[in-house]
Amino acid sequence: MSSSDDLPVVVVDDPRAAVLDQLRDRLGDALVDAVHKPGDDLWIRVRTEDWASVGETLKSAGFHYFCFLSAIDWLPSPYGKGEDDPTEPPPERQTEVRPGYCGGETRLQLLVRLTDLDRHLGLTVKVDVPDDEPEMPTWTGVFAGAGWHERETWEMFGIQFLGHPDLRHLYLPTDFERFPLRKDFPLLSRMVKPWPGIVDVEPMPAELDEDAAPADGADGGDAG
Amino acid sequence: MTVVSDRDQLRYIAGQAADARVNVELETEGMTLNIGPQHPATHGTLRIVARLDGEQVIWAEPVIGYMHRGYEKLTEVRTYPQITTLVNRIDWLGSFANEVPFILAAEKLMGVEAPPRAQHIRTILFELSRIANLSLFLGDLGVQLGALTPVFYAFRDREYVLNIIEGATGGRFHPNFDRIGGLKDDLPKGWIDETKAVMKKMRRFCDEMEELLIGNEIYQARTRGIGVIPKEVALAYGLSGANLRGSGVDWDLRRDQQLPLAWDKCDWKVWTHPDGDVFARVWVRLQETREATKIVEQLVDTLPAGPILAKVPRIIKVPEGEAWVSTENPLGEMGYYVVSRGDLGPFRVKIRSASFNNISIASWLLRGVYVPDVIAILASLYFILGDIDR
Repeated sequence: MSSSDDLPVVVVDDPRAAVLDQLRDRLGDALVDAVHKPGDDLWIRVRTEDWASVGETLKSAGFHYFCFLSAIDWLPSPYGKGEDDPTEPPPERQTEVRPGYCGGETRLQLLVRLTDLDRHLGLTVKVDVPDDEPEMPTWTGVFAGAGWHERETWEMFGIQFLGHPDLRHLYLPTDFERFPLRKDFPLLSRMVKPWPGIVDVEPMPAELDEDAAPADGADGGDAG
Repeated sequence: MTVVSDRDQLRYIAGQAADARVNVELETEGMTLNIGPQHPATHGTLRIVARLDGEQVIWAEPVIGYMHRGYEKLTEVRTYPQITTLVNRIDWLGSFANEVPFILAAEKLMGVEAPPRAQHIRTILFELSRIANLSLFLGDLGVQLGALTPVFYAFRDREYVLNIIEGATGGRFHPNFDRIGGLKDDLPKGWIDETKAVMKKMRRFCDEMEELLIGNEIYQARTRGIGVIPKEVALAYGLSGANLRGSGVDWDLRRDQQLPLAWDKCDWKVWTHPDGDVFARVWVRLQETREATKIVEQLVDTLPAGPILAKVPRIIKVPEGEAWVSTENPLGEMGYYVVSRGDLGPFRVKIRSASFNNISIASWLLRGVYVPDVIAILASLYFILGDIDR
């Protein structure tokens, strides 16, 4: 097992490498970045301007099965895990937006999973969503199933889908304001009362000494 | 009053009505029928708003969200072991199966693999929850179509399966038995013999269902050729599980992807049906229940010895990375996209549940069908509200 920051190793006999080559061909400049973990999974990031056409291209490249569409907000939560003591001033927190695999320049990213049923492999597609105006073209014309997923993403992350036939609230009440899955949306139940479960993640006083060594050892083993 | 008999013309009106949404004026007097949110045919709180022209649906739209619990938000403030408790409640009829992909995703990020014995027991419990889930589906389908007897058989026989799940895990519905690196406990003494006996009973239950329900002439008349989903539409909507295989797509994640579980160690078959109608989906589920009993029987016989928990640190910190793991759950493909920042809890978890995609096809599928068929089609799509709303 490799750790996350290993460079992708190209294995010639891996079918994913062939798919990646094919996608490089088909997508051309639209493909910004790709991460390939041999024998595990494949991630690509595409250019924002080309989002509308990328769906069609991927479908014609064999990815017929639409799995899901969602988004990620890469901003670290200003509220942490909601475990702060409400009577104390909040602690200093990281505010740097740091993207995951395949990089990215924006805070919000769309995330789509497609599967190729013939070659038995899946693909995660990411795309940056402009910060100032979170608007993306819809994929409903290519994958009909994207309709509901885009409605969910719209109400949870506030990303507009241009051309979506029916962009209404799916889960939330019609007059709901703000976007719950954005990181700066507080989980109120955690804000009003300290979370009692915090004690679960602290080591027992007696076990502190003996446990520290194997725990570190296992972590070190993973990284190496 | 104009009588609309031409099907193409009807389709056209349906399309127009869908465009105009609510304030639609038709030549015939239409009616808006509200099915649910509290309706026995909706297994919970799904609401279907249907616009009717006589007995025919011209436009229908599922309204969801009555049971939205915000799990994706909650996962961001919880630790990995705490999240298994949450995901148990997504598909509450096959709870154990919900835990497995999440735990596998966390294990993938940590580079941990469960010992072979744990992998076997996981697969056994996974299939047991499939049997418990699908047996209730088969009984419930009868009720939806007006046959009351099968559901009593289903509840009776499902109880045996729940008993053995309880025997192993301590929980009938929400086992919360899976741990990162393995399982909470080993199997109790005498469990294997009992499981084998129950599997025989469940196969007899499947035979009974086949004779009682599937072979019944009225049942066939109600289900054949109703609610047909073509292959391409099924793929574009992301249907999964028996809904996809009922449309003739030979795709089963248990067979078609490599996971550290024991499905590749036994002999079983993926069933498909080319018709894509209500009958096909139900038939595929019946065969799947049978196959699941065979998988369980083979796996309890070949259970390897050894530990049930790999060596994992007491305090679980998952290294930074992203992982997607999905499995073939009773309802279809269930997966988790886990983003970790090396913390005690995940940074973001996207929960891909099968029913969400499976029910999103409803408004496409219900156009032009008759009202009694609405119930049959919804029943055959087979959704669990917790699995839609998350």
